[in-house]
Amino acid sequence: MSQLLQYTISGLATGSIYALVALGLALIYRSTRILNFAHGDMATAGSFFALTLLGLNLHFSLAFGFALIFGSVLAMAFYFCVLVPAQRREATHLGQIILTLGLGLILQGLISYSGGKVPQSFPFPLSDTKIYRLGSIVISQLSLGTLCVGLLGSLLFYLLIQKTRLGLAMRATSENLPAAQTMGIPTRRILALSWGLAALLGVIAGLFLAPALLFDTFFMLEPFLKGFAAAILGGLNSLPGAIVGGLILGVAESLGGGFVSIAFKNTLAFLIIIAVLIMRPEGLLGKEFKERV
Amino acid sequence: MDLIESYKEELQLIRKPWTRVWVGVLLLLLLFLPLYAREYFVYVATIIFIYSIGVQGQNILIGYTGQISFGQAGFLAIGAFTFGHLIRLGLPWPLCLLAAGLAAGLFGLVVGIPSLRLKGPYLAIATLGFGVAVYQIFVNSELLSGGRMGLVVPKLTPPFGLSQTVFNYYFNFLIALILTLASYNIVSSYMGRAFIAVRDNDIAAEVMGVNLARYKLLSFGISSFYTGIQGALFGLFMGYLEPNMFTLMEGITLFVAVIIGGLASVEGSIMGAAFVILVHQMHNFFPMFEAYQEMVPVVFGVTIFVVLIFEPLGLYGRWFKMRLYLRNWPFR
Repeated sequence: MSQLLQYTISGLATGSIYALVALGLALIYRSTRILNFAHGDMATAGSFFALTLLGLNLHFSLAFGFALIFGSVLAMAFYFCVLVPAQRREATHLGQIILTLGLGLILQGLISYSGGKVPQSFPFPLSDTKIYRLGSIVISQLSLGTLCVGLLGSLLFYLLIQKTRLGLAMRATSENLPAAQTMGIPTRRILALSWGLAALLGVIAGLFLAPALLFDTFFMLEPFLKGFAAAILGGLNSLPGAIVGGLILGVAESLGGGFVSIAFKNTLAFLIIIAVLIMRPEGLLGKEFKERV
Repeated sequence: MDLIESYKEELQLIRKPWTRVWVGVLLLLLLFLPLYAREYFVYVATIIFIYSIGVQGQNILIGYTGQISFGQAGFLAIGAFTFGHLIRLGLPWPLCLLAAGLAAGLFGLVVGIPSLRLKGPYLAIATLGFGVAVYQIFVNSELLSGGRMGLVVPKLTPPFGLSQTVFNYYFNFLIALILTLASYNIVSSYMGRAFIAVRDNDIAAEVMGVNLARYKLLSFGISSFYTGIQGALFGLFMGYLEPNMFTLMEGITLFVAVIIGGLASVEGSIMGAAFVILVHQMHNFFPMFEAYQEMVPVVFGVTIFVVLIFEPLGLYGRWFKMRLYLRNWPFR
């Protein structure tokens, strides 16, 4: 029983990171219908920036703050400099998705070239080895911090979307772009902001994952795929779905790894996703399409 | 560009007499390449042939049928390991090659089933999941992957006293040529037209009597058959196999080759394959690029940006426009 609880807690900690990644993906998907394949690489770029700043003996809070800004500026620059010109030339939908893939490749190459290829440890204020005991359950300081940041981030994000004017504009833009334009919403700026915000969430996830995994060019690949899977599980165009999907995936993976087979932990996640897609393609909380051949 | 007056003409592989001459010259040049080129060029050309097979398969899926798949690495692995295990049992190589293609094709049909209900992003993640799952299964199963040392694939003995490099060249040239002709035929047959109809408008296609389920699955099957053959040939060429040769990145490279070469064009697929391989091997031609080997993905990414923003038809589109310009010169 305590083992079950233990796996659930550690699953929730990983799941909250997946939820952050999934939120970023869902945010972009539902406002622009673009799947952002560069999401993981943007997060890697942000973390790498933080690592470089930490190497210059900058304080943690400053370095992390700059990394967050760097990530969002990168995403906004991509939106304005690449996506908008492509849309002006009537790039197809598939084409726009491929553009994000191209951005991902570029970021990967640049990070490897500037020295991200060797796995490095990532200095972090929270410790991986310091543990707290709660009855029979053990949780490390880092996992606790991750869990808190994941939940807090999701909560703040929810408040931003549901309770502010900006969130209203973002919801309107994703609901109906021409109507939002007619109502005087600066949709292009709102979309750019969505990209920035999504990258911000990604970089937060990256910063909290880097100390647990070792930092290298591809360290975000797997969390990115899992976040992706989580977003699909919850429904790609639903923000609460992304959070629920992330947490479910994290717990399922942790329980599967603990009780079934640790070697097939990652495979299991994808098998679940394929099963969900075949049975309920719109995800748990999504309402989108019903199509059958 | 071409004025086609009859159906028979439409089905012709090459329509203009001069084009026949050029294609003949190109084939002759390729046929005698080992006689006049450095051994290293022959080696690179061999890899390009092997790659062009998989890129053609991927192009049939993405370019012609309009379905998306990021799981090609999985099919590569399935084809390669099927071939490796069968040839180690002592079966003749044509049988093994066919079995590799068929095994990958069979899995392609299975992966194609979600495509009947899923579109765009959902299909992308389903196929991506397949690619990752196959990789993980091979990594974790020593029985399948041949253990820590990898699976040694015995090379074929070259006949007529040819050297191994030259034999590899002709062997892969022949197979690539056969499969290229096959894909031209697929594309201009009823099947290819059905694929294009499904891509352009699936509802209209179904109304016109195209069996949507059958042709979507068939497209997945054919594309994975090609990819499986590529995997098998690659394994034979390298002489050993390990799961790390088939990471997600390998599937992405095939995808990039299709985009850069040009969607929905067989020539484009070959050009795309050549581009990808030449960029990878650039540091061997020009030693000054040695330090920039990590920048290869950057070159791919920037090329994707340029292609998608300025020339959505890729290298093939550029080539087509150049030909048109030269044919009409000095008029515009």
